[in-house]
Amino acid sequence: MLKDSYFHEVFWKQFRRNRLALAACGIIVFLFLLSLFAPFVTPCKPDALDLYHVLMPPSAAHWFGTDELGRDVFTRVVYGARISLKVGFVAVGISIAVGTLVGLLAGYYGGVVDSLLMRFVDIMLCFPTFFLILAVITILEPSIWNIMAVIGLTSWMGVARLVRAEVLSLRERDFVLAARALGASDARIIFRHILPNALSPVLVSASLGVAGAILTESALSFLGIGVQPPTPSWGNILTSGKDYIEFAWWLSLYPGLAILVTVLAYNLVGEGIRDALDPRIRE
Amino acid sequence: MITYLLKRLVMLVPLLVGISLVTFTVIHLAPGEPVEMQTSLNPKISAAARERMREFYGLDKPLYVQYLSWLKRMAKLDFGRSFAPDGRPVIEKIRERIPVTLSLNVISLVLEMGLAIPIGVLAAVRRNSRLDRAITVFVFLGFAVPTFWLALLLMYLFGVQLGWLPVSGLHSLGSDRLGLLAWSWDLAKHLLLPVSIATFGSLAGMSRYMRATMLEVLNQDYITTARAKGLSERVVIWRHAFRNALLPLITLLGFSLPGLIGGSVIFETIFAIPGMGQLFYQGVMGRDYPLVMGILVIGAGLTLIGNLLADVGYALADPRIRHGRG
Repeated sequence: MLKDSYFHEVFWKQFRRNRLALAACGIIVFLFLLSLFAPFVTPCKPDALDLYHVLMPPSAAHWFGTDELGRDVFTRVVYGARISLKVGFVAVGISIAVGTLVGLLAGYYGGVVDSLLMRFVDIMLCFPTFFLILAVITILEPSIWNIMAVIGLTSWMGVARLVRAEVLSLRERDFVLAARALGASDARIIFRHILPNALSPVLVSASLGVAGAILTESALSFLGIGVQPPTPSWGNILTSGKDYIEFAWWLSLYPGLAILVTVLAYNLVGEGIRDALDPRIRE
Repeated sequence: MITYLLKRLVMLVPLLVGISLVTFTVIHLAPGEPVEMQTSLNPKISAAARERMREFYGLDKPLYVQYLSWLKRMAKLDFGRSFAPDGRPVIEKIRERIPVTLSLNVISLVLEMGLAIPIGVLAAVRRNSRLDRAITVFVFLGFAVPTFWLALLLMYLFGVQLGWLPVSGLHSLGSDRLGLLAWSWDLAKHLLLPVSIATFGSLAGMSRYMRATMLEVLNQDYITTARAKGLSERVVIWRHAFRNALLPLITLLGFSLPGLIGGSVIFETIFAIPGMGQLFYQGVMGRDYPLVMGILVIGAGLTLIGNLLADVGYALADPRIRHGRG
């Protein structure tokens, strides 16, 4: 069980050994602190215009330079971290919740419920995700809440398959049979006995999912269909980066690096969790 | 083999129905009705005229009747007319864009396989070597790089700074007057950046997957047996392991199709390539609902066809399925 101290011990022992994953954890914590204390670590306000200093290259006053309206790019990148982390976590929260629920129901009840739900998963997998997201955004107006909801609702299918597979093997285990013999209700068996044991693989896809959601949000914002200016997001800073690429490389370089480092960190943590959970890799 | 294929075809039917239901639902998420778009511009329109128009579009009928008539039109690939000023039928607009997107995707898919397979096999065979570690770093970077950002950087480097490559469109101005050779050279130069970026985008996942399946196969008993028989390492890897590791790749190919088609929105927009992705983007920006829904259905349909092809490929490659014992 996830609460089992033995499990924790083994897991942490394995995870701590993975220096890359630990460093990635450090980066994520750093990003969180940065976005939490954004007003205190940045020199300007994110939307403070300075029309005398537009498109200035990086300097001591403006570490990452300024954009076409004279706004400080460093400040905007730091505030962009808030948006990216928020989108990443809420979207993944939705996709994990939906995916886990569908997987639990399909795996536990089997039969008609299972085949109906899994066919629905197949159907959703047929749509080019990016097309589906764009189509829904066309209709719903691009706003940060819609984007989080749409990314979440179009990315739960993998989690559902994963959880279902776990549940299929768990529901025949002795402790589940014992709980049933004691007269526990379906809901209690599913949520108290099966769910905690099926969660560890979900942890991996959650971490990878945050990375994916951040990438999707930045692509949407870059195309102008995501987070709308003047709210800074890494994607929409890159939009002006594209417009001014001939004169201002710093507008393109830094937000992109921010995306790269963040996504890399979440992927490394995800892989680290996977390796620590995989008994085949333990020596 | 034939029964297997027939079974797969029958299984397509519920999928098609499901796709149509999801699309229909997405359409009905839209606030307001198509009538609204035409009437709200005209303040003098009467309630009676509005009702007549609702009737004309069938909006007064119950939802399932609307769905069925919509489905009937879908089956004939009739997606209505675009809301764009040209007002052309949606299917016509899509049809002229599909070849560009498909051929771009096929080219990058071929390149991707050509690179990912050897990379993955090498990494697996020399597991934990310096080469494997270098490949792993490359793979992780590949996963994390936003493709549109990479496109921007390369555009800056090769297009702006070095001036070696054109950064938009498929042809230079006046390229239609060039000879075939010069014309092809021009096209190739335009394609180089978008194709390499599209390839790079999915290379990481593919080679990682290849490495994983190859490692799994190399741990099997029959590989140990082959080695114990004294076969050369080359024969063991390429004749015994490689062929079995290729099988799961076919399925992955089918699954990677929606990603590829979806990704075309990004790089076709950046490089101004007149494909389906760019058309879709224009549709989204112009709130051209019929066009957006048409492309959504076509995109899902292409994915279905891709998955079916992958299944056929799998059946052809795996004798267990080919002879009906799978």
